[in-house]
Amino acid sequence: MSAATQDTAIRTGRVTRTLIYLVLILFALFYMLPLYVMLVNSVKPLDEITGGGMMNLPQEFTIEPWLKAWSTAQIGVDPTGLAPYFWNSIKMVVPAVIISTVLGALNGYVLTKWRFKYDTIIFGLMLFACFIPFQIVLIPMARMLGLMGLAGTTWGLALVHIVYGIGFTTLYFRNYYAVFPTELIRAAQIDGAGFFQIFWRILLPSSGPIAVVSVIWQFTNIWNDFLFGASFAGADSQPMTVALNNLVQSSTGVKEYNVHFAGAILAAMPTLLVYIVAGRYFVRGLMAGSVKG
Amino acid sequence: MGFLDIDNTTKAYGSVQVLHNVDISVEEGEFLVLVGPSGCGKSTLLNMIAGLEEITSGEIRIKGDVMNGVHPSKRNIAMVFQSYALYPNMTVGKNITFGLEMHGVPKPERDKAMQEVATLLQIEQLLDRKPGQLSGGQRQRVAMGRALVRNPDVFLFDEPLSNLDAKLRVDMRTEIKKLHQKLGTTIVYVTHDQIEAMTLSTRIAVMNGGYVQQLGTPQEIYDSPANIFVATFMGSPAMNVIPAIVRLQSGVPQAEITRHDGSLAHLPFSQANLAAWDGREILLGIRPETITDTDGADRKSANIAPLNNRIVVTEPAGSDTFVSMSLGGKDVIARMRSDAEVRPGQDFDFMVNMEKAVAFDPETEARILP
Repeated sequence: MSAATQDTAIRTGRVTRTLIYLVLILFALFYMLPLYVMLVNSVKPLDEITGGGMMNLPQEFTIEPWLKAWSTAQIGVDPTGLAPYFWNSIKMVVPAVIISTVLGALNGYVLTKWRFKYDTIIFGLMLFACFIPFQIVLIPMARMLGLMGLAGTTWGLALVHIVYGIGFTTLYFRNYYAVFPTELIRAAQIDGAGFFQIFWRILLPSSGPIAVVSVIWQFTNIWNDFLFGASFAGADSQPMTVALNNLVQSSTGVKEYNVHFAGAILAAMPTLLVYIVAGRYFVRGLMAGSVKG
Repeated sequence: MGFLDIDNTTKAYGSVQVLHNVDISVEEGEFLVLVGPSGCGKSTLLNMIAGLEEITSGEIRIKGDVMNGVHPSKRNIAMVFQSYALYPNMTVGKNITFGLEMHGVPKPERDKAMQEVATLLQIEQLLDRKPGQLSGGQRQRVAMGRALVRNPDVFLFDEPLSNLDAKLRVDMRTEIKKLHQKLGTTIVYVTHDQIEAMTLSTRIAVMNGGYVQQLGTPQEIYDSPANIFVATFMGSPAMNVIPAIVRLQSGVPQAEITRHDGSLAHLPFSQANLAAWDGREILLGIRPETITDTDGADRKSANIAPLNNRIVVTEPAGSDTFVSMSLGGKDVIARMRSDAEVRPGQDFDFMVNMEKAVAFDPETEARILP
């Protein structure tokens, strides 16, 4: 094993190699530090934190802060914990991710396999969506949501994220389908498959890698969004990020740092989970071997 | 009217015309090969028959029904693509039956048809595999199975063998020919390989620059090429085209050509009407295999002319030996028996079978017909 690995890429001496690893490990530790602080302090009683020693391991282990953050902490005016807001976020993220990904795939399919006049211009315009700052659309978007009767609802929020996400998902799928062999589409046409049959039966099943990319990207962005959530959500449709802010910013009583840490980890958990689960399927080469001899 | 009619069909992209007034009528059971260099329009024509490209003007008819504007799936055709275009996410069995499923054929019938085709092509043991797990030759078979299962009126092949290695290509070529003889199906086959065209077809359409240069049986194309393009494109090594001047000697037209040292040689034509070209320049077309040594000359030919010339290079190829020389200022290749005693630099007595020689008009490049 050693012989093989040492011969990879660049030949390096033992000393250099050790040095490289040392630096890398050091950096890794440094970047992990915040996570360590959050984890350690989320399982301590509050007096251990306020007594100093943020970096210490807990003397008394407790999951009380987690339970409190989840179900009883004061968010705004009600002691509901983060739980209802967590479900708000889920209700917003799941449809928004699925719909924006499917629409992106459909756009990519049309832009590459059903070319029409000015299709590149339309694609260019869609790409614009990736570069428009969120702040610019706040007021027009609020007006539109109001006109549609979706102001302050989870669906309204989901719609905003779908619209904003289509630019990215279209870009991903268009580039992926651009190299997808057009002969497959033609073969399916001769076989008698229609527009949507080709999409569902031929194209989508071969889109695994890019769908994973799109889902990870969309999920992370939408889950972590604060601005749209704070701007467009009603009192009972606020997403996790806004609720976390309210939890940490609440001005009554003592600052329960351990609860805040637990809440922050809870808020970050889903994106981590999505990456860990879906990242494994992020394997290229599903198409390998379908074409050519 | 034939089984498949391509009637005065043209194709243009904007102002660029890529196919000019193509007229081909294919009878039922025929194996038509469209052959030509890349960009000649052969694949475009095939796609127009398939319905994947629109027809700019003219008509394409299958069994008398006009196909212009008819969806590919409703033309009762099947196509084998160069890349095989197997659906990567489906098993071989699914690949084969997908078209039937799309046409609403019930499952028991689909499975029966699949089994028949799998037996015919000997791919039964592959039915549960994915295309990615198959070799090139196996994919080729599956692609043919997918076409056969539909029992179409016309099979379209788009360079189906060009992705296979040389040996497999020859095997599959034979197999396609066997399949055609067995099933008697009508096939339109596109290739740029003139050997495939010669071996497979019942008729060949040689195409270049969007025009059908010649349409005929392989023998007609090979022996009586309509012009210099067809003459040099078909056959390997290519036909030698040598500048010559027609001279009448006691009433018989002769081709006067310059030998390697500038002296003149005279080869008598079998084609009497070339007497009308007396004193004018023509292009003499001689196939490499019609230039031989004395022992290799065709005994059945009535017109074998001797020609002494210097050998420049010899290329032994096992079955034959290729000899190159200079005639009329051109490099000329002769295909000799492998045991012909030839060596470079030697002045050799060649025999030219002038019965097989053809003459072209240097202005139009068309053949001067007998």
